[in-house]
Amino acid sequence: MASNPAPEIAVRCRGLVKRYADVTAVDGVDLEVRRGECFGLLGPNGAGKTTTLEILEGLNEADAGEVEVLGTTWQRDASGLRERLGISLQETQLNEKLTVEETLRLFASFYRRSRDTEAVLAQLSLDEKRNARVGKLSGGQKQRLAVACALVGDPDLLFLDEPTTGLDPQSRLQLWEQVTTFRAAGGTIMLTTHYMDEAERLCDRVAIVDHGKVIALGTPAELVGALKGANVIELATEPEMPEEVLDRLPGLAERHRRGPLWALAVASLTESVPPLLAAVEAAGARLVHLSTHQATLEDLFVSLTGRELRDA
Amino acid sequence: MHETPHVAEVAGTAAGQPPEKAVLRQRGSALRELTLSRFREFVREPEALFWVFIFPILLAAVLGFAFREKPPDQIPIGVIESATPEIAGATMKALAGSPVLLPRLYAEQAGREALRTGKISLLVAPGGAGRQLTFHFDETRPDSRIARLEADDALQRAAGRKDVLPVQSALIKEPGARYIDFLIPGLLGLNLMGTGIWSLAFSITSARSRRILKRLVATPMRKTDYLLSQMLARLVFLIPEVAVLVIVGWLAFDVQMRGSLLLFTVICFAGAISFCGLGLLTASRVKTIEGASGLANLVLLPMWLLSGVFFSSERFPDAFQPVIQALPLTALNDALRAVMNEGRGLAAVAPELLNLGIWGVVSFLVALWIFRWK
Repeated sequence: MASNPAPEIAVRCRGLVKRYADVTAVDGVDLEVRRGECFGLLGPNGAGKTTTLEILEGLNEADAGEVEVLGTTWQRDASGLRERLGISLQETQLNEKLTVEETLRLFASFYRRSRDTEAVLAQLSLDEKRNARVGKLSGGQKQRLAVACALVGDPDLLFLDEPTTGLDPQSRLQLWEQVTTFRAAGGTIMLTTHYMDEAERLCDRVAIVDHGKVIALGTPAELVGALKGANVIELATEPEMPEEVLDRLPGLAERHRRGPLWALAVASLTESVPPLLAAVEAAGARLVHLSTHQATLEDLFVSLTGRELRDA
Repeated sequence: MHETPHVAEVAGTAAGQPPEKAVLRQRGSALRELTLSRFREFVREPEALFWVFIFPILLAAVLGFAFREKPPDQIPIGVIESATPEIAGATMKALAGSPVLLPRLYAEQAGREALRTGKISLLVAPGGAGRQLTFHFDETRPDSRIARLEADDALQRAAGRKDVLPVQSALIKEPGARYIDFLIPGLLGLNLMGTGIWSLAFSITSARSRRILKRLVATPMRKTDYLLSQMLARLVFLIPEVAVLVIVGWLAFDVQMRGSLLLFTVICFAGAISFCGLGLLTASRVKTIEGASGLANLVLLPMWLLSGVFFSSERFPDAFQPVIQALPLTALNDALRAVMNEGRGLAAVAPELLNLGIWGVVSFLVALWIFRWK
């Protein structure tokens, strides 16, 4: 397979394993990222997303497995690959004493062919901050500069490790826009996130990762569609409903505890909501909370692992 | 180092964006940007400026004051009040005539006490009235032996001794032979070593611990460029750093440059290169600032002590000399003194230059080989 690299595949890995002293961070990961797509690794903290990404980026070495990036390998052509990748590390650290413009010019100077730094500054809305020291930037501005440093080498493939973690909603939207623009221009993106809305919004395909393994893979629609309960009812009552009553609910696929709420995954709302309300009334309980939503990747993760993404 | 930017019109790689100029670069551009970055980082760090420029001047000022030209110290001695006040008075008068001695009267017990505790170097029991002139002193103390000779001389002359041979003292006051002339080149060497090793060790270790290095190696940056830029930025600072000390030494202490200024500059550069190499080596593996600091001390301390900054390294036993002479700071100090104080030429300092060059190149290569980038 390695001898015949398919040009439409940007990243391919097989049987990736990485062990640290007391933990197996990556436990047999197989992935294929197609050219021109945005591929997401979705999973809780500590799932092995960053380790996987750093192995693909050539910054970490796997204990076992094969990696192929842009039709070549790190052993064969590391310096050629470096010219074609844009990388934003998790919480990228840049020299705090340098200004935004100096930092970007520095990164541009490393590439044989780079983009015009002015255009990149403008694209990331950093031109007003060009003379500000990196140490004085807000979290969102720093992250935009990190992405600017990843884009300035005019990459074919962009790796973003948790690009929006800890950012305010507006900064998140700005970064999402950059991803969309880059992909629309034919670039390939591989990102990690533990925000399911980010994965649903940005990614063509998503691999859900937990404990170093890929536990589900597909487009967000496919993944959610595969859930038996396509809708989720969230319910709280006073006093609590007996579990055996909930289990008798028509159309119930799964039932999970979510904080003070019960999350009931059902095939159809029209089938399940009226009997549920009747049951609450029959039990003499007071309705504290009732809401419904279409199932999301979050619900899928809960269904697969019994835990939630956020606190898993 | 000169960039010839090839600017070519290429279609924007991103279809959704307007076409933009892609910049094609040649080798050297990255090295220049890295060196500039290091330079900026340094000048935007006021503490670093203090240690590099102000501290050596303060040190030179303090030491220069401590070792300023002044009459030789007088040695305190005691005279025992004897039964006959005239004899004690005559003895005091004779001793006070010596420029070296500072005599004082003591009761016998108090005098012995003062001698034992080192307040005085010699206790004189005057002769006459049936007693013999006696000197009480510890012969292992050089100052006591000098005081004994001086006191004997003064008392014998007062008693009417005539010198048989006419004698004259010729005192050395020649510039270039004073302690401050010895000290300034030593401080220069010390400063070049300190700033070279500390600044590189700190800047690289902090870049590693803050994962800046990891981000840099995720680009096509050449690793040699990074290490070279650290050395180059250091060499730029060398010029003001050396100039400040040399000028202060000249203006405040009249320390002269007897040899070639060009050769002196070459020696400073060679010294800086060897210490930059050692700085890179110090920083090549450590992960924390604390670790780097300990390691830097381990490298610096032996040279502080052995390499002849404050006194000549020749004073150490012969058995240590091969090691001491091989140390880069010894070579640098010897070469700086040979040119500055003695006005020697290139041939005289060639072995030292070779020593510094070898330290610089070997430590750079080893650092590059064992460097931890992630």
